[in-house]
Amino acid sequence: MADVTLRKVVKRYDDVEAVRGIDLDIPDHEFVVLVGPSGCGKSTTLRMIAGLEDISDGDIMIGGDIVNDVPPKDRDIAMVFQNYALYPHMTVAENMSFGLRLKHYPKAEIKQRVTEAARMLDITELIDRKPKQLSGGQRQRVAMGRAIVRNPKVFLFDEPLSNLDAKLRVQMRIEIKKVHQKVRTTTVYVTHDQVEAMTLADRVVVMNHGRIEQVGPPSELYHRPATRFVASFIGSPAMNFVPCRIEDIGGTLHVRVSDTLAFPLPASRAARYNSVSRDTKLLLGLRPEHVADARSNSGPGFETFEATPDVIEPMGMETFVYFPLAGGQICGRVNPAVDARAGAPLRLAVDLNHMHLLNEETGTVI
Amino acid sequence: MSSMAIIDKGAPTRKVKYGSISRDRAWALRWSYFFLVIFAFASLVPPIYMLITSLKSSTEISAATNPWWVFHPTIENYVALLTSSQFLIFFRNSAMVSVLVVIITMLISVPAAFALARMRFWGSATIATGIFLTYLIPDTLLFLPLFKMFAVFSNWTGIELINRWYVLVIVYPTLTVPFCTWIMIGYFASIPKELDEAAIIDGASWFQTLTRIFIPVALPGLIAATIFAFTVSWAQFLYPMVFTTSTDQLVMPAGIITTLIKGDVFNWGQIMTGALLGAAPPLIIYAFLMDYYIAGLTAGATKG
Repeated sequence: MADVTLRKVVKRYDDVEAVRGIDLDIPDHEFVVLVGPSGCGKSTTLRMIAGLEDISDGDIMIGGDIVNDVPPKDRDIAMVFQNYALYPHMTVAENMSFGLRLKHYPKAEIKQRVTEAARMLDITELIDRKPKQLSGGQRQRVAMGRAIVRNPKVFLFDEPLSNLDAKLRVQMRIEIKKVHQKVRTTTVYVTHDQVEAMTLADRVVVMNHGRIEQVGPPSELYHRPATRFVASFIGSPAMNFVPCRIEDIGGTLHVRVSDTLAFPLPASRAARYNSVSRDTKLLLGLRPEHVADARSNSGPGFETFEATPDVIEPMGMETFVYFPLAGGQICGRVNPAVDARAGAPLRLAVDLNHMHLLNEETGTVI
Repeated sequence: MSSMAIIDKGAPTRKVKYGSISRDRAWALRWSYFFLVIFAFASLVPPIYMLITSLKSSTEISAATNPWWVFHPTIENYVALLTSSQFLIFFRNSAMVSVLVVIITMLISVPAAFALARMRFWGSATIATGIFLTYLIPDTLLFLPLFKMFAVFSNWTGIELINRWYVLVIVYPTLTVPFCTWIMIGYFASIPKELDEAAIIDGASWFQTLTRIFIPVALPGLIAATIFAFTVSWAQFLYPMVFTTSTDQLVMPAGIITTLIKGDVFNWGQIMTGALLGAAPPLIIYAFLMDYYIAGLTAGATKG
């Protein structure tokens, strides 16, 4: 077990910079998820930690040692790939023990480790099968078993659940979390799925264009995003953004979203935003759950208004309503008991206690 | 059925011009069989004729009887060849040359293909194309320069290569290595990249990745390449005719022609017998390795 540190890590392909100077400290035992859209450099970062890609600049440390020029086999890491990468001509047991056999471990110890890992992953009865006789979920378990038996310093997962169907993905997600709770090995996990990131991670690293946008525990990223990118990437449906300005009306600070609509800010928010220039082009960020039906949402900080939804999405435990506001499309989440119909006016309430105000130009959250 | 009839009552009767998928398939199958039968007939007639002729005596061959029937079957041609020390020498030479060529070819082309398919290095793509281009040079173009090279080599070193069976062991790989390397590059390239990355992370060296992962996974390709190398060296005719002349140095194809045709006298019975016996080893190899050849081993390596 070990901590992993990245210092100003850069990856260049010819003249394209895929990773642009990343700093990251991953303490021992932590489960860190790198998340971002495709091409954001998350997989490249993982492959550099694994040693499958050279580092163009900067340092990577595992357990305090710089491993920039250490080959993958000497980094004491194990990796689980998206397409499993099981050796097709070997049985499950042979697949899992391959690394140990290469290192000439005693046979008894190999057997003991494989048996233990197989039991942990519930694949004991599959031990003599070949990969082609296994289902996708079983193959992914074997791939994890192959990583576990090595008892490495660091686990690396490269989108391990992307090839599985939705139901199996949820199941394997829980499985991975359980395994981590048992073995406590430092884990770096790459995914483009923010739900996976939120559910698995101790800390989430949101990446975009080869840079880290924000690092933090899932709830912090959700409630206190640092940039517009993080705010829109984390959470589903995504956060709404409405162009707005700050205005003083009758001695109270208001946020104006259209000529006819301005909401007075609650005291705590007013204090925070008072210093913002009244001319700055701003964005009001509201998560769908903070745009709800007026009937069951009231109190200080709640402001009501009327909107006419054009699309209704009943999900069972909640209903999403989509309506136009200030030239954009806004998504709200209402109680399914509310009679929301497309084309019929609906009384909604915004919860300004949970609002975000962003600088439109820089994309940073104020 | 009755309800169907009721529904269709008012519908205009229409002649179906294009059949269902199964009808199309049936027609495709008929055409396939038609051409396959023609092809099988064309390729099977010569060996059958060889077999018939090999079972005839010289008298029967020269007699004006039905050439497609054996009236007095005899195995005298087989006995004559299999007891002739000359024929056994040809056979031994052919076997030695072919086995050595297969070994040399595999030792060169498998690591070469692995390096070209997997280790990215400067110029690897150009080399891969270059290897294929060498295969396109016809062997008839090469035998004169090669002959000259061996002559000069012998002048310089005193090591005689011309008219020695082992000269073929040096010459044949120029034909087999490029093609086998090309086949193996294709096979290795079809192996998912993650498989060698997994092996490398598991602690395998490049050599171990090749021997313990790539070779077993690409076994069908390896067998295809082996069969090719063996067939080429077993059946090559031009080079042995050019480079070897003494009867104790000849391989089978050249030996049969040189010793069984004396001037304008063709010993047809023995020629056919020799050709049949000569075709046996490749035939046996094909029969045994066909299953491997067809089997796809990579199934299940990644998402299937």
